Amino acid sequence: MKPMDIREKQPMMTEEKLLDSANASSGEAPVIELESLTKRYGAFTAVDNLSLRIRKGEVFGLLGPNGAGKTTTILMMLGLTERTAGSARICGFDPARSALQVKRRVGYMPDDIGFYEDRTGLDNLVYTARLNGAAPAEAQKRAKELLEKVGLAGSARAKVSTYSRGMRQRLGLADVLVKQPEVIILDEPTLGIDPEGVRELLRLISDLSRNEGITVLLSSHQLQQVQQICDRVGLFVQGKLIACGDIATLSVELNQERRVEVELAVRPWSEGLSARLKALPGVLEVQSGEWKKEEAIPGSSRVTVACDRDLTAAIASEVIHSGAELYDMRRREFGLDEIYHRYFEKKEE
Amino acid sequence: MIAKLSGAMLPEKVWNRLRGGFRQGGAASVSPEREAGSRSAFWVMVQKELGDHIRSWRFTILIGIIVLACIGSIYSSITAIKGGSSDGQSGTTFLFLKMFTLSSSTLSLPTFTTFLSWLGPLIGISLGFDAVNSERNKGTLGRLLSQPIYRDDFLKAKFTASLLLIAIVVFSLGLSVTGLGLLTIGYPPTPEEFWRILFFLIIAVVYIGFWLNLSILFSIRFRQAATSALSGIAAWLFLTLFYSMIINLIDSATAVSQMATVSEQLHHANFILTLNRLSPTELFSETISTLLSPGVRSLGPLTMDQLVGAISSPLSLGQSLLLVWPQLTGLLAATVLCFGLSYYIFMRQEVRSRN
Repeated sequence: MKPMDIREKQPMMTEEKLLDSANASSGEAPVIELESLTKRYGAFTAVDNLSLRIRKGEVFGLLGPNGAGKTTTILMMLGLTERTAGSARICGFDPARSALQVKRRVGYMPDDIGFYEDRTGLDNLVYTARLNGAAPAEAQKRAKELLEKVGLAGSARAKVSTYSRGMRQRLGLADVLVKQPEVIILDEPTLGIDPEGVRELLRLISDLSRNEGITVLLSSHQLQQVQQICDRVGLFVQGKLIACGDIATLSVELNQERRVEVELAVRPWSEGLSARLKALPGVLEVQSGEWKKEEAIPGSSRVTVACDRDLTAAIASEVIHSGAELYDMRRREFGLDEIYHRYFEKKEE
Repeated sequence: MIAKLSGAMLPEKVWNRLRGGFRQGGAASVSPEREAGSRSAFWVMVQKELGDHIRSWRFTILIGIIVLACIGSIYSSITAIKGGSSDGQSGTTFLFLKMFTLSSSTLSLPTFTTFLSWLGPLIGISLGFDAVNSERNKGTLGRLLSQPIYRDDFLKAKFTASLLLIAIVVFSLGLSVTGLGLLTIGYPPTPEEFWRILFFLIIAVVYIGFWLNLSILFSIRFRQAATSALSGIAAWLFLTLFYSMIINLIDSATAVSQMATVSEQLHHANFILTLNRLSPTELFSETISTLLSPGVRSLGPLTMDQLVGAISSPLSLGQSLLLVWPQLTGLLAATVLCFGLSYYIFMRQEVRSRN
């Protein structure tokens, strides 16, 4: 996972080069390339100077709160909305000029995908395939295969109006794939489905990317779900990309004071022990409270020790040497949620 | 000769490069193969729209109403013809056309043409009022437009499918009336009568096409299907009922005295006629009355001087067509205007799902 390399290797390609490389479909050229893309609605800036490169076969998560401009960005990439400034290249084509070329290669699933309700799931897929130029027999074949793949073969001949939300979402995925795209863009694919459905959908998506080399761009505000399958994520807030990279990099980038938090459950907790822990070199802060979980041992306390380096082992030996009992110990990892949250905390400061 | 030679002598490499260059340069313009692809997508859309319309309840109900109305009007006109209540103006000539224009005085049912000019707009409006906004509300518009189709193809497909359907309905109605008439009165139409009927049907399709376009325009402009349906029906009621009342009002308010000069009276009559002709309904009724009653010689006011020496005989088909040409042009222009407006609004509209 070295996104930085690519960024340096390819400074400003000329149009010709880009086209060539896209034709050769080498893995080197970025499939999606946005350069200071901007969209303004009157005085309101929905997308502000967004630059982004996504390589072939990558799963990229565009994360951000509601109204961050994710959907607008996606619409601009497809040429469904005019951009105010900047440039975009999808598979080597400019969506504002040759939208048809882009749309032929990119599958897009809108956030609240709609189908023709009084038609069957199969009909809907066949229609999409036919719009993409497939002959009737070929369209039928593709549609049936995909319904099998997303696990809807049983309800292929049922009207879409009878489908559940999860089934619709899976039908949406099939609909995106029926045109045999190079890139798929999913706008909030996990919205409104139950956890099991989300897991299944995400598994499908990551399988696609692994096995068929399809580039995936998905936008979401549900961070922990998405972090499982994304190779890289971009944090997108108020039209700006504030951070971009794989989760480990982001974690380092946003956690610059290198704060490590260790949680422990101790019995008995005493002022003396607190003082001993505080005396350890590198410990910044010690907080204690009652341990309130079900499995809590009566009389034990939950303690959080913040330190500037990883002192887990030292803390453990300190507690045991003091004669107290240690029941639980955990070093807290920074997930996407934390990163996200910390970003906002930082901003407020 | 020289060009041929050099063409043959062009090394393959150069040739390939040239072709490659064309391909690159032509990335924005479409290659023939691609073009064919998008054209087939257009017909796929038309097919799907046609299928949707034919399966829909609203279409079935409308067809039911119209067929019933037609049967009533045919019955009425046949009764009238059998009763021998020909107005005596043109005798038995063009008897067959009376199937379309005559109604029995005892049954008090409108004629076929009246029914068509009343209910035709209703078909047009009902086929178009939710063409675009229902796709938007169901969230299918975004999905559809992210397929490799042109935006205008989407609009054109909607229009073409509905217009095809309207043409099929109008023609099958008109031809079955012809057939029924043939069976009941046992008097075959002359070729000229047949042509007149054909032209009448074509013009009816154009007229209904205008209403279709108007309602598609409303469906683009208004996000709610109900709003657009109501606007369509309001426009229809206004033009068919109230517009002529308003014109009557203006007519009586601006009337010149009986003693005024001929030129003043003519001027006033022409003024009122022009106002009247702003309405497509009026244009349509003028057109069909000219085509189906060959006795009609002029659609405007005539002075006694102009009638002197005129031979009292029906107009030939060519002359009748010539007489309604401006009306027909007006109808087409109104249709094109609506389509242009729809196009303009739709191309600039943002495609987001359900907002």
